[in-house]
Amino acid sequence: MILKAPLSEEEVRSLRVGQQVSVDGTVFIGRDEVHMRALELHGQGKLLPVDLEDGILYHCGPIVKRDSKGWKVIAAGPTTSARMNALEPDFIREFGIRAIIGKGGMSRPTVEAMREHGCVYLAFTGGAAVLAAQGISRVRGVEWLDLGMPEALWIVEAKGLGPLTVAIDAHGNSLYEMVEERVQESLPAVRLRLGL
Amino acid sequence: MATMVGNLIEEVVVQLLRDAVTTLPPDVVQALRRAESRETSEVARSQLRTILDNIDAADRLAVPMCQDTGVHVFYVTGPVDASVEESIRSGVARATEEIPLRPNAVHPLTRENPGTNVAVGLPHIVHYPTDDEFLEITVLPKGAGSENMTALAMLSPADGISGVKRFILDTVVRAGGRPCPPTIVGVGIGGTSDLAVSLAKEALLRPLDLPNIDPELAALEDQLTEALNLTGIGPMGLGGDTTVLGVRVSTAYCHTASLPVAVNLQCWAARRATARIYPDGRVRFGRSPFDP
Repeated sequence: MILKAPLSEEEVRSLRVGQQVSVDGTVFIGRDEVHMRALELHGQGKLLPVDLEDGILYHCGPIVKRDSKGWKVIAAGPTTSARMNALEPDFIREFGIRAIIGKGGMSRPTVEAMREHGCVYLAFTGGAAVLAAQGISRVRGVEWLDLGMPEALWIVEAKGLGPLTVAIDAHGNSLYEMVEERVQESLPAVRLRLGL
Repeated sequence: MATMVGNLIEEVVVQLLRDAVTTLPPDVVQALRRAESRETSEVARSQLRTILDNIDAADRLAVPMCQDTGVHVFYVTGPVDASVEESIRSGVARATEEIPLRPNAVHPLTRENPGTNVAVGLPHIVHYPTDDEFLEITVLPKGAGSENMTALAMLSPADGISGVKRFILDTVVRAGGRPCPPTIVGVGIGGTSDLAVSLAKEALLRPLDLPNIDPELAALEDQLTEALNLTGIGPMGLGGDTTVLGVRVSTAYCHTASLPVAVNLQCWAARRATARIYPDGRVRFGRSPFDP
């Protein structure tokens, strides 16, 4: 299934944990510093240089190269989303994003914000940076380059970015929490195997 | 010797980084392939297939397999003088520009980024002086996803091997999907606190197909590998039978009142490369200090 940005709430709410999708259209690449600066500007009543409403945010710090024809994404796998746990619920509510691409999952407050607003978390295989770059057809622009290449806000055009797994849906379900429960259940057997 | 071959060392460092970040050592690829063929979970198989497809694409296009090309840890043995360090630093800066590598090195508090991966303390260079006539350089590019899960425990001697196993298990479970599993688990037991952490990282240099020379530690590694794969964390923490590709343990003697244990996780992109530079200018390239 192909998700084409911008996304509607209805479209996002139709997705369920475990489904495989890919993404087309505009994707905003931003991680730690983008979250901090965006929320800081918003707190001061200032506008962001881009409109994130109904958009797709990608937790990623890409390797991007500039030549005579402009910017080119060389490698762009997902970064660990958990680092954004503290800021993401506000980010979802204030800027109205509909999907986050990342790796490793996010904590309960973010799962709740996603359920309330209508937003999903799409897991991309960590480190699959070359496949990700192949799913990005061009760089449309970059903002806040003063934050450095990995931390800047990159605006890119995706074409077949994936495969992505719906790992948190807009109904409060998290594949990570399900796995975590099974891991806890497995621990007595694991300890036994270790002679503990 | 070092001053004579300064330019050569710089060239070799660029080549080592290129080899390390664009292709995985054969033992790691083999372990990933074996895992993919054994996985029973469909989500897990799909994650491993994506990883293997990505490795092939990086190799074919000669580009970094992961955008996090890490910070760079170098292990250097043989005749070392101050110029070796200078050559390694200039090699890293050149590789950052040419390959390219992501400029990851930033000031810890201001987060200022010089853009070169070369700054105070980075690249991190560990020297072991030896009487060898050749200079051996190994690079271990270390991404932050797995490095951030590093843990150290200063256990009581009474905690013993059970305490050590419990700590390793807790660390892997707590890390979950964040370090990009399947991981390689580097474990350092003994030494001082700092030595334990160094041992845990350096243990990652031993290829997956090379058993520990100490039979008891080899058995411990096998037991931990099997047990950690029963947790069900799986590739990327999405569930499955493959949480770790292997466990590598290194030990050192420690204080009679201490039992330090450190865990340093390595993501599936277990990148490493080694070169030996001989006085006549010959260079031999390999994938670990165990095989040049």
